[in-house]
Amino acid sequence: MNTSLSWIKAYVPELDVTAQEYTDAMTLSGSKVEGFEKLDADLENIVVGQITKIEKHPDADKLVVCQVNVGSGEDIQIVTGAPNVKEGQKVPVVLDGGRVAGGHDGKKTPGGIKIKKGKLRGVPSNGMMCSIEELGSTREMYPESPENGIYIFEDDAEVGESAIKALGLDDVVFEYEITSNRVDCFGVLGLAREAAATFGKEFKPPVVPDTGNAEDVNDYIKVSVQDTELCPRYCARVVKNIKIAPSPKWMQRRLAAQGIRPINNIVDITNYVMEEYGQPMHAYDLDTIAGREIVVRRAGKGEKFVTLDGQERTMDDSVLMICDGEKAVGIAGIMGGENSMITDSVQTMLFEAACFDGTNIRLSSKKVGLRTDASGKFEKGLDPNNAIAAINRACQLIEELGAGEVIGGVVDVYGKVKEGRRIPFDDKKVNRLLGTEISKEDMIAYFKKIDLGYDYEKDEVIVPSWRQDLECLADMAEEVARFYGYDNIPTSLPSGEATTGKLSFKLRVEKVARDTAEFCGFSQGMSYSFESPKVFDKLLIPQDSVLRQAVVISNPLGEDFSIMRTISLNGMLTSLATNYNRRNKNVRLYELGNIYLPKQVPVTELPEERMQFTLGMYGDGDFYAMKGIVEEFFDKAGMHGKETYDPKAGKPFLHPGRQANIIYDGRNVGYLGEIHPQVADNYSIKERVYVAVIDMPEIVSRASFARKYQGIARFPAVNRDISMVMPKNILVGEVEKVFDTKGGQYLESYELFDLYEGAQIKAGFKSVAYSLTFRAKDKTLEEADYVPAMNKILKSLEEMGIELRK
Amino acid sequence: MKEKLEQIKAEAIREIQNSDGLAKLNDVRVAFLGKKGELTAVLKGMKDVLPEERPMVGQLVNETRESIEKLIEETKAKLEAAERDLKLKQEVIDVTLPAKKNKIGHSHPNTIALEEVENIFIGMGYEVVEGPEVEYDYYNFEALNIPANHPAKDEQDTFYINEEIVLRTQTSPVQVREMEKGKLPIRMIAPGRVFRSDEVDATHSPSFHQIEGLVVDKGITFADLKGTLAEFAKELFGEDTKVKFRPHHFPFTEPSAEVDVTCFKCGGKGCRFCKGSGWIEILGCGMVHPRVLKMSGIDPEEYSGFAFGVGLERIALLKYEIDDMRLLYENDDRFLKQF
Repeated sequence: MNTSLSWIKAYVPELDVTAQEYTDAMTLSGSKVEGFEKLDADLENIVVGQITKIEKHPDADKLVVCQVNVGSGEDIQIVTGAPNVKEGQKVPVVLDGGRVAGGHDGKKTPGGIKIKKGKLRGVPSNGMMCSIEELGSTREMYPESPENGIYIFEDDAEVGESAIKALGLDDVVFEYEITSNRVDCFGVLGLAREAAATFGKEFKPPVVPDTGNAEDVNDYIKVSVQDTELCPRYCARVVKNIKIAPSPKWMQRRLAAQGIRPINNIVDITNYVMEEYGQPMHAYDLDTIAGREIVVRRAGKGEKFVTLDGQERTMDDSVLMICDGEKAVGIAGIMGGENSMITDSVQTMLFEAACFDGTNIRLSSKKVGLRTDASGKFEKGLDPNNAIAAINRACQLIEELGAGEVIGGVVDVYGKVKEGRRIPFDDKKVNRLLGTEISKEDMIAYFKKIDLGYDYEKDEVIVPSWRQDLECLADMAEEVARFYGYDNIPTSLPSGEATTGKLSFKLRVEKVARDTAEFCGFSQGMSYSFESPKVFDKLLIPQDSVLRQAVVISNPLGEDFSIMRTISLNGMLTSLATNYNRRNKNVRLYELGNIYLPKQVPVTELPEERMQFTLGMYGDGDFYAMKGIVEEFFDKAGMHGKETYDPKAGKPFLHPGRQANIIYDGRNVGYLGEIHPQVADNYSIKERVYVAVIDMPEIVSRASFARKYQGIARFPAVNRDISMVMPKNILVGEVEKVFDTKGGQYLESYELFDLYEGAQIKAGFKSVAYSLTFRAKDKTLEEADYVPAMNKILKSLEEMGIELRK
Repeated sequence: MKEKLEQIKAEAIREIQNSDGLAKLNDVRVAFLGKKGELTAVLKGMKDVLPEERPMVGQLVNETRESIEKLIEETKAKLEAAERDLKLKQEVIDVTLPAKKNKIGHSHPNTIALEEVENIFIGMGYEVVEGPEVEYDYYNFEALNIPANHPAKDEQDTFYINEEIVLRTQTSPVQVREMEKGKLPIRMIAPGRVFRSDEVDATHSPSFHQIEGLVVDKGITFADLKGTLAEFAKELFGEDTKVKFRPHHFPFTEPSAEVDVTCFKCGGKGCRFCKGSGWIEILGCGMVHPRVLKMSGIDPEEYSGFAFGVGLERIALLKYEIDDMRLLYENDDRFLKQF
């Protein structure tokens, strides 16, 4: 929403503020001004001048030398190349040292262009005559401007006066951000009311007298509304003997400042009232209305209609149509029809000001694929009481401008009358909610400023129908607060029962994950939760995999963002690929983000959101480095049990010989491995990539921050080494399992200290050596304490086909 | 005998003084004091000494031994010190050679900003909670006083799964879920991902983060909201930061406000960063709408509350002067390393 300052001042005549003061104060009282444009920011020292004499330039065919009376006594000489100047004309003249906004081509120069006196082809020129473009505007906004050349004033322009003022360019246009609840502020009048209240000045809305001749409008038109839900009110008036002409300059200037192009008196009046009252209106050529009858009804399914922009559009049965006795003549609240539009030859006109259901207009506008200024206003849900005010205002302007003869009376189909509201008021409660001590009188005074009444007997605020946003006491508290000033409300901190500030347990565990990853050189990445279904192919996930059952977004930004991820790897691999592509070396990333697993397809309840701790790296490091990070994390999370690794993880996106499920406490809590070369290729990464994905809910349910001191061993340990030769296919994990199960109560720890495959060992075998540590907490071990356990271990190993080296 | 001892002593002193290293000194010690040393040999010869002279000779031998031992110890200390000095001189390194770093990873700027915010509110007694990212329409809209067909639903460009399920457009539904638990008073913040159907560009992303705050208790006022957020702004942006509350509209709060802070680049004088205004908008807030309280089972006559929502990316971009939101989701190592 935009308004010019001059239009606001028309209704708040005492308002005397700078643009910045207006901006600041209006913003603080709730009508946020986003910015303003001074139309004359780059215009300086420009007056109305009259050309008294034109002579040929002695040395240039295309230039003329003009003597111009600028009201300063002596004429000044100006050389110009403009083709349209004539003696006696009044034109805008920039005097020496003044500025214009831009060039004749319409291109504006920031800061403007300074005009100095000088010589043109040897003849002194002491200023410049300007075109409308040089004054920073356009022919669209000033339709009377010549196509090519200097702007010519009408004869009544006063020589020596400011041309800026004469053109209405001594104005400021404010751009507001009006919130959707303040429907009344989508019109100049509503904002003027706010401005008056904000600055404590009187609000003087236009006085609209009765209009119309002695005829009866009912003799011209009949209106029936079939759907009163969608059209609570329909007002119609008729104007005959229409004289299409340009609207007066003051109206053109106001529209131009709002960015609306002046067309002719009828169109301009419609636009003017729409800006002023926030009420869209439509004008039909009454002679095209069959049966002189308007019927408001829903469209038929698939009904086709040509709007006045010449486009054919298809309706459905929820779209409201304005029809005559035979055919549709407009889409209600959105756009009129080509078949009934006003042309220059119009004789008699039907004015419509109606109120339509906001939601229906919004949905219809989407369905029809057409959003107009009118629909944008109707969408917000207009006050039906405003419709009659607006149509009467329009007829007043018709009469004042002599644009036609208004027929007496109005056809007003208005079912259930929209009343204002009464809100029980309690000043103490308001003060309690705001934390203030504002007197009741002050509160009521604030209400009066914005035309809210007060019933002292019942203690009720009387809210007019245009303030549909005011419903309850909290709303009244806001009205009090904004005129008391948000700034003036004191500051305090909540008192009352103390509460403990803390992270949830889940978030604490996630913090451990982050810290561990970062200590291990991984930086945190973030990727989108939605991705392309093509991801599954990239990751070689089979067609029948449950991972392909994803939560699907019904209105995605495109296929690439159309499903909620069921696996976290694509984000990681995409990020690694970005880094690889940018030649970043040794990259380590991690991400903590959800995957979304539907409980059923299609989705009928919320999917399961599982936080995934995903680590990925290329460059330095290998499978075992990644494994180490996993184990560091578990340890930090208070999971001191033993992880085991199942190589039969069956992950199609991982190297078949370098992958494992991570088993903890008998549960599969994640997986790790090297990315399958085919997958790495799909992401254009030409290095080995290692990843680990840890399913955080499994960790959160096992993590603990309880710590207990175990005592430091005081008795000596006994170390025994076992050196083995075994077939390659036996995993050292199986050997460790033997230690775990057969090691007895004194086996404290074991450590792999040698692993060898190669020339010294027979083919298909590997040499593995472990050091075992036995220790008791309460005594020095004797042979009898650990030898039986050692023997059990050795026996079991031999049974597995492992050769022991003595 | 006495002369013999004097002679041994003099010889020992000479030898000790001539020792040019610890090994040599040890040889001297062995030669004089060792089992086969000269002084030991004298002791062994005691049997040839007259019994009445033995105490006197014994004393002499001991004195000689002690003085030799003392001299050896002193010399040893000197030689050791000299040797250490020499070693230290040989061990001089170039301290300006490059460091050997443990490569430590970096938190995402969003996380760093979030932790700052979390710490501020945890210090004020707020619990950090979470809610689902795929959310029922009811929690995302209806329970927040945004009924079906409300234009706000369009304004927020919602991603729909179906009619009842959406990708949450705000973290506000967590408010409702927390209030529904019925445990009062509430002081919580809820950070998390939210989604809106915006095309990706330098200032927009279809997925971003918000931090929701909610306090519900008896006697909570708008003044409390102002005080809390003023504290927050000072903690986050510096002690001199001022806040400005502007009236605004949100369906789930009444009265509502938008909050600006003084530009932390220019301190409020106006610069390119704040587009000359001296202020930067950082959040929206308000008193919880009585209808929202009621829908969540809280009696608005007895309780009141305030709520606020902050865009996390907005804070991260502002604080760290990141000029393009896309950087946050590219995960370029050279970007992440700077935080």
